[in-house]
Amino acid sequence: MRSIMARVSLLAAFTMLAIVLFLPSTPLADRLPDFWVKKIPKIVLGLDLQGGMHLVLDVDQDKAIENHVQRVVGSVSDSLKKKQIPFTSISAAGASGMSISFPDEKTREAVNRLIGEEYPVFGSPAVKDGTMTYQLNDKETTRLKESALSQALETIRNRIDKFGVSEPVIQKQGEREIVVELPGLKDPERAIQLIGKTAVLEFRLLDESGDVSKALKFGPPPDDDILYEVKRAKDGTSERIPFLVKKEVLLTGDFLSDARVAIDSQFNEPYVALTFDSNGAKIFERITSQNTGKRLAIVLDGNVHSAPTIREAISGGRAQISGGFAYDEATDLAIVLRAGALPAPVNIIQNVTVGPSVGQDSIRSGVKAGILGGFLVLLFMFVYYKVSGLVADFAMGLNVIMLLGAMAWLNSTLTLPGIAGIVLTMGMGVDSNVLIFERIKEELKTGRTPRSAVNAGYDRAWWTIIDSHVTTLITAAVLFQFGSGPIKGFAVSLSLGILINLFTSLVGTKVIFDIQNERLRVKRLSI
Amino acid sequence: MDIWGETNIDFMGKRWILFTVSGIAAIIGLIAIIAIPLGKANLGTDFAGGIAIQFRFEKPVSIEKVRLLMEKGGFRDANLQQFAEPDKLLIRLKRSSGDLRAVSKSIGDVFTNGIPDNRFTVESTTEIGPTVGKKLQRDALWAVGISMLGILIYVAWRFEFRFGVAAVIATLHDVLAVMGFLYIINKEMTLLIVTALLTLAGYSLTDTVVVFDRIRENMHKRTKEELIPLINRSVNEVLHRTIVTSFTVVLTLTSLLILGGEVIHDFALTLFAGVIVGTYSSIFIASPILLFWGDKEKLGTASHRA
Repeated sequence: MRSIMARVSLLAAFTMLAIVLFLPSTPLADRLPDFWVKKIPKIVLGLDLQGGMHLVLDVDQDKAIENHVQRVVGSVSDSLKKKQIPFTSISAAGASGMSISFPDEKTREAVNRLIGEEYPVFGSPAVKDGTMTYQLNDKETTRLKESALSQALETIRNRIDKFGVSEPVIQKQGEREIVVELPGLKDPERAIQLIGKTAVLEFRLLDESGDVSKALKFGPPPDDDILYEVKRAKDGTSERIPFLVKKEVLLTGDFLSDARVAIDSQFNEPYVALTFDSNGAKIFERITSQNTGKRLAIVLDGNVHSAPTIREAISGGRAQISGGFAYDEATDLAIVLRAGALPAPVNIIQNVTVGPSVGQDSIRSGVKAGILGGFLVLLFMFVYYKVSGLVADFAMGLNVIMLLGAMAWLNSTLTLPGIAGIVLTMGMGVDSNVLIFERIKEELKTGRTPRSAVNAGYDRAWWTIIDSHVTTLITAAVLFQFGSGPIKGFAVSLSLGILINLFTSLVGTKVIFDIQNERLRVKRLSI
Repeated sequence: MDIWGETNIDFMGKRWILFTVSGIAAIIGLIAIIAIPLGKANLGTDFAGGIAIQFRFEKPVSIEKVRLLMEKGGFRDANLQQFAEPDKLLIRLKRSSGDLRAVSKSIGDVFTNGIPDNRFTVESTTEIGPTVGKKLQRDALWAVGISMLGILIYVAWRFEFRFGVAAVIATLHDVLAVMGFLYIINKEMTLLIVTALLTLAGYSLTDTVVVFDRIRENMHKRTKEELIPLINRSVNEVLHRTIVTSFTVVLTLTSLLILGGEVIHDFALTLFAGVIVGTYSSIFIASPILLFWGDKEKLGTASHRA
């Protein structure tokens, strides 16, 4: 690359390429031809600039294991009964255990054999006072935790797809967290409701023989739960009505094939119309025919939604949930029911929501600061180093253009700290040229010709520039590794800016000095 | 243009006074660090866990009224901040447990009920659970540790041992002094501030490298000269570029300080302080530390030539 022509062409080519790359990411994109805008990767605005929601959800995996053990206990109990093994009692124990009481040694052996053969997920039991306690083995708990996480991820993705948000990011983070990013979201409260709802739908009979007020005082009978229906009045107040609901779950939302919002023509109120799949329809028909006249509670996430009386056997697998919904509420409930229940409750442990106007303000102030900062540096360099200062200014211009081009090419995310990073690069970038210029001045003082002073200046300043760039790059790399969204954006623009600066300030400015010295043959450098 | 001509300032002569000054600054910085595990530090919501909500009202609100309302609503510990626009208000609340969403909502309710004639919109919400705050603290510590180690390894590789040690001490001093400064003016320690501290650790080496390169160069050229005058000469020789390089960055930081908006302000302030301290320390701290290896005898010829 000795020839001046070759270097000038290279610089021009890179600059053109950078301009082609970043123009579609600017507001000018509307005026550019379509093929240009579509083919080119773009700089993505971070959530802090375009507005949107960043959620971190913690999946309650222990609860998922507990739920699973609950189901396994039921199935073990069935198997024991089927084999006519006379156990005394069976129940879940602790977070991931199951206790079985037995009357005699023979039963103990029979139970143990059955568990060993049919339920290898349990380790060997601890025996104490006529009770065996089994614990899920580590392999099984790990599997359950993983599956809870990936199921929750799938379900949430499903819900968000149905809700309709453009370009959402939904991914795992670590062993039990899910990150959800929804750019440009209009109604954050609604999205949180939609994502965070466990949506476990159960059909359970009311215990109409039991006494609710007694249960409230002394606790419910062993086969019942006290659940509440929350009734909201128009004036915003709400009332909690207790129900005595049987523990046995007759049918769950797992058997749904569809859920849609519909409008009740009589009361002009929205409700959610449920359609069961063929198995669900059969079960529903059986339940309704066996329990005609009784009240069936529709329980969602532990709350009674309604408890209508079964008038007749219902075939065809259709049911509805009604009860004072607002239209959006009914729509969202239909979405979560269609997408399915979460395998375990999720907790929102981090929520960063930025409104679109805040993002606009940030962009505006960032751009203003960039223009002023850039202008001040350009002016200072010109005043201090005259024509050479203009050369450095030219390099700084190239630096910014190429930085934007590289960011578009890499499809990187621009955040508010990222804008600060670009502004900072302008100040740090000219440092390289300051170091070179000062060295050239020194060399000129020793009586060298402009040409040899320039060459010596570049040679001697080279390692100093590399050293100072590398240490900044080290911290930028660490920030990229450990930083969250906005800070990653800073690390990206800072490190790209510093890397590109090596090229613009060393190659870009040198070629102009060479033109001055070799083509124009200047006698004195303006520096 | 040169702002001043050639200088011949005796930088090394004042070293003991300035060591003392810097030592005190660094100790304040250490106190700021020790305050973190003791719970005495002013940690931002992202590290401490809590809520930050930005409201925009239809009409300007008086901050005294809001403070009264918040106290009545049971949020005595709320931190209120008003922006240049009087209709904007930022409320921060540290909470290390409990349902943050419920707390956010009840803060909104305080305004709905307390100032019913002035409606508001929530412009942004940040809710950080305590586990997340702890994780971010841990990540930040790792980031600081690893970047310091990275810088140490690079400098040790590029320079002779004593130069590496001096550069790292100077960098640590810069970070500590700025932390001390932030602690004294009671700035919240946030992720963005830690980012600024790390950036300044990387950047403050620039000036040190410039000075050290010159010292090394002079040690080769002037093998007869004693170390103190040699260091003094070197620092004087590169004084222009040390100051000018920092000044260009200060220019951009100033514009970020003035125009960059609320989020960037403290970030820019930290870097601003850092650049100034970094320039000072490359002259007054990093260079005189070299004297600890003996000021009479010559340092061996520097191994790596830059």
